[in-house]
Amino acid sequence: MATVELRFSALPEHVRTARLVAAAVARRAGVDESVLDEVRLAVGEACSRAVGLHQRGGIGGTVRVALTDQEKRFLIEVEDEAGPAAVPAAGAAEGVDPDEDTLGLAVITGLVEDLEVTNGADGGLIRMSWPVSVESVAV
Amino acid sequence: MDLSLSTRSVGDRTVVEVGGEIDVYTAPKLREQLVELVNDGKYHLVVDMEGVDFLDSTGLGVLVGGLKRVRAHEGSLRLVCNQERILKIFRITGLTKVFPIHTSVDDAVSATD
Repeated sequence: MATVELRFSALPEHVRTARLVAAAVARRAGVDESVLDEVRLAVGEACSRAVGLHQRGGIGGTVRVALTDQEKRFLIEVEDEAGPAAVPAAGAAEGVDPDEDTLGLAVITGLVEDLEVTNGADGGLIRMSWPVSVESVAV
Repeated sequence: MDLSLSTRSVGDRTVVEVGGEIDVYTAPKLREQLVELVNDGKYHLVVDMEGVDFLDSTGLGVLVGGLKRVRAHEGSLRLVCNQERILKIFRITGLTKVFPIHTSVDDAVSATD
C-alpha cells in the first residue's frame, strides 16, 4: 500500500497540490534535499501530462498519485484514466515543433534515472523512483 | 503562489517581468500576455524570469509559442535567467540552443542579433 495516495479531478488547478504533497512526502521519506526540486518537477510534469491527456480526449475522471516509501527507494506512480493512447517517443525535444506532451516527457526523461512509462486499457502509468538516504530519521 | 506579470517598454523592446509559478494552470495567462503584445505590434520581447519560482514544460511550450509568433514578424524573444534550477530545464530539453538567455535585463535589452 502506498504511504500517501492522492486522487484528484483531472484539472490543471490541482497539479500544484500534487507537486507540493509529493515533495513533502519525499522529504519526510528521506529523499535528499538536493533532488527534491527534481521530484517536484517530475511529479508536476507527470500530472500535467495526465491532465492534458484527459482534456485533449474530452474525458473526465481522476488522476491517481501514489507515493510509496520503500526500503531504499521512494516510488511515485502517476496514473491517468484517459484510455489507451500511443506512448510518444521520449527525449525527442530537439524538433522544431515540440508539443507539450513531448516536452513534458523530455523533462521527465532528463530528470529521472529510474523511469517507466506504460499504457494500459484504462490509461497511462508513469513510475519513477529516487534513492532514499539510509541515515534518514523518521520524525 | 500564482503567476504575476508586468510589462514595460525599454526603447524598442518590451520587457515582460514574470513572477511566481508557471505551470499547466498558470501558463495560459502568460500565453495570453505574449499573444496580446504581438497583436499590439510588440515584436521584440525580453522575458525576465528572475522572479519565477517554478517552471514546467507547459511554460516552455508557451515560450516556444511566443518565439514563433515574434519570429513571424522578424522579432526576437530573449530570456533573462540566472537561476540554476530553471536553466536546467532549458538544458534538458535542448532549448538553450533555441532561446538567447541573458544574465540581466540590461544585457538582453542592449543585445542585437
